[in-house]
Amino acid sequence: MEQPFAIETRGLSKHFGDVRANDELSLIIPKGTVHGIVGENGAGKSTLLKMLFGFYRPDGGEVLVDGVSVQFQNPMDAMGKGIGMVHQHFMLVEPFTILENIILGAEGSSDLKAAKAKARAELRELEEKFGFDLPFDEPVERLSVGVRQRAEILKALYRGAETLILDEPTAVLTPQETEQLFGLVRQLKAQGKTVLFVTHKLNEIMAITDDVTVMRAGKVVAVRKTNETSAGELAELMVGAKVARAKSREETGEHKVRLSLDSVSANGDRGHAALKSVSLEVRDGEVLGIAGVAGNGQTELLEVITGLRSVSEGTLRYDGNVIANAAMMTDPITLRRMGMAHVAEDRLKTGVVDSMSARENAILGYQREADFSARGLLKLKDIAARAAAYFESQDVRPRNPNLPIASFSGGNQQKLVIAREIARDPQLMIIGQPTRGVDIGAVTKIHDQITELRNKGKAILVVSADLDELLAISDRIAVMCEGEVVGTLKVEDADEQTLGLMMAGEKRKVG
Amino acid sequence: MEFLTDIALLLDSTIRTATPLVLAGLAGLVAERSGIVDIGLEGKMLAAAFAAAAAAAVTGNPWAGMLAGVLASMFLALIHGYVSIAQRGNQIVSGMAINIAVAGLAPTLANFWFHQGGQTPLLGDDARFSAIVLPFAQSAESVPIVGTIYAEILSGHNFITYLTVAVIPLVAWMLYRTSFGLRLRAVGENPEAVDTAGISVTKLRYQAVLIGGMLCGLSGVVLSTGMGAGFIRDMSAGKGYLALAAMIFGRWKPVPTLLACLLFGFVDALQGRLQGEDLPLVGEIPVQFTIMLPYVLTVLILAIFAGRMDAPKASGIPYEKDH
Repeated sequence: MEQPFAIETRGLSKHFGDVRANDELSLIIPKGTVHGIVGENGAGKSTLLKMLFGFYRPDGGEVLVDGVSVQFQNPMDAMGKGIGMVHQHFMLVEPFTILENIILGAEGSSDLKAAKAKARAELRELEEKFGFDLPFDEPVERLSVGVRQRAEILKALYRGAETLILDEPTAVLTPQETEQLFGLVRQLKAQGKTVLFVTHKLNEIMAITDDVTVMRAGKVVAVRKTNETSAGELAELMVGAKVARAKSREETGEHKVRLSLDSVSANGDRGHAALKSVSLEVRDGEVLGIAGVAGNGQTELLEVITGLRSVSEGTLRYDGNVIANAAMMTDPITLRRMGMAHVAEDRLKTGVVDSMSARENAILGYQREADFSARGLLKLKDIAARAAAYFESQDVRPRNPNLPIASFSGGNQQKLVIAREIARDPQLMIIGQPTRGVDIGAVTKIHDQITELRNKGKAILVVSADLDELLAISDRIAVMCEGEVVGTLKVEDADEQTLGLMMAGEKRKVG
Repeated sequence: MEFLTDIALLLDSTIRTATPLVLAGLAGLVAERSGIVDIGLEGKMLAAAFAAAAAAAVTGNPWAGMLAGVLASMFLALIHGYVSIAQRGNQIVSGMAINIAVAGLAPTLANFWFHQGGQTPLLGDDARFSAIVLPFAQSAESVPIVGTIYAEILSGHNFITYLTVAVIPLVAWMLYRTSFGLRLRAVGENPEAVDTAGISVTKLRYQAVLIGGMLCGLSGVVLSTGMGAGFIRDMSAGKGYLALAAMIFGRWKPVPTLLACLLFGFVDALQGRLQGEDLPLVGEIPVQFTIMLPYVLTVLILAIFAGRMDAPKASGIPYEKDH
């Protein structure tokens, strides 16, 4: 009989309403290997992990551990079968010491002192075996992210983990901490443990894994031996091909620079350098696409442009006027009045208020304008009329503006948001992920709308994780990697392979 | 010597008035450490005071009163737990609902059962927890200072006050020296961590809420059957809120909470002493102002300290798997 696998899934499926988060996933992870899982946000990685460690129950298919079919009711069951999970957001109690965190729930004695003494002895062995050196009596809140992560890994090992799932383990680490983590992963493998390494950073997959599974839209699209693939190929597989047919682009004549970024740097939420000396220009009558694997500075770029994040260095200009530099920034309302419109990347977080009706969302952000209010009172009839007009022109369904926006599909929400943002006839459109969570039918319509605006001479910047989308609607494509623009290509010169390599940071090009 | 006696009486009265505050403060502390905000302390205290006085009046037995008081408070705690834990309701609304309901219900029931205008009958000494004179207190009185402290301050309190002295280290021991305490503190900080460690968040929080209910019940019992001799309308007089303020001032820790309760108790004792006294320079302070003192102190303390980040991080937030 062949050697059983550490983890195997057969036709594993999970649905949320109509959304197939995981669709018939079949996965094989041999014992003692480091196995990578890559995919864009929303590809279904988290759902898969949650089923593997017992947080979700599958709707179909099965999970096998060591060749035996298992049914986890909760994370305890998974732990009992030797599956340990290190979450992206650590499951640590911050005021507690590392030791207290490690024994929490596995104290083995009701007397805390005895429990700690017992754990300390057992941990010493593990420390030696895997080369940890952790300050056990230090409260977690005083420790660096890297140390916290090692504490999480030790916690899983202490509970008898044979297979460790690391969910986006490097998302919050510095390069040095990442190196340290890789060292630990190699040590784990040397001691016979199996590691599932989930990420969307391709260079890490190339550096640390033996095999890699690529997920897209809830499915496994490819399995590769790491040494037989390349970051470029993986990038291509991750973003995949989608049907997209854009309206023909017309010559737009005079190209005036509408928005320019001159060596702009900015810090991310965790204080790290998210944008590093980014220079870009968006001209009237063109679509500038921003490509890149998620998390390489695109979000911060959108925020800097739309007045939601301050810059630490460099200058942003709108129509030649400074709108932001290290000393000042312009607030979103003013930017909007200057002629900038923003279709937010994270629709539910910043694009709409999900508990409010579609009618109210249709004017959100413009409610103070004379069309919609007078002397501090909303003009309810005018607002209703406007919402109804948007519903008609954009074919938003169901045709009922009084429903809460949350009850519409992603595509219909997006159509409404776009209608709202173009209603003021803006000169510059900033669009994040124009078709994320949007059904295929609506994709074409949204692409056509963007092209139409471009043909009317508007300047448009589009950030998208979907390469085919960018290739279909952009005039030029700038590629971001690790906070930098690694190159800008004319769309005629761009193809998926080239862009894939640039996204992986392996190739630079200035066009 | 008269000055010394004044001080001794003041401290004696501090211990007496602080007793219900300490019990309620610890009740709130246990609940909030598990992540359940307990603004219903006031209502539970009042309900326990009523139930204890009613049961003691009927049976003539203070222990029956204690049992009834504690059970009444635990019952309300269970309701609060059901709303906050099982139904993930708003904990402030649930707590306030308990406060308002009890404020009306207790006198109504008292009137219905005892026909004394919303009070319970006056309890005889056998039916309440009366002062316990510690051994040798009489003879110790003649010894200067040490004797005075023993006889005037430490001796002569009711049973529940002495019980409270034992409860304080017990609660601290439970929180910091047992695995249960570790889990309880963890669930108020990061319930997800507790859940992924395979421990039931729901069960832990119910346990904490019920322990809180028991302690809060004792605080009500001491009001009507220890310090007082029967239930009167609104007899908790905001002590539940004071206890909550003391707990915040005490940064959700047992010993600082105890000290904060003693401070509140002291101010309350002081205002009692100041009533009708002629003070140098200011003269006699109107009684309305002296009664205000503890509450003014509460407002000041909360204004200064409430914004601090010492609160358990998950306090007041219903736990929902996966978001």
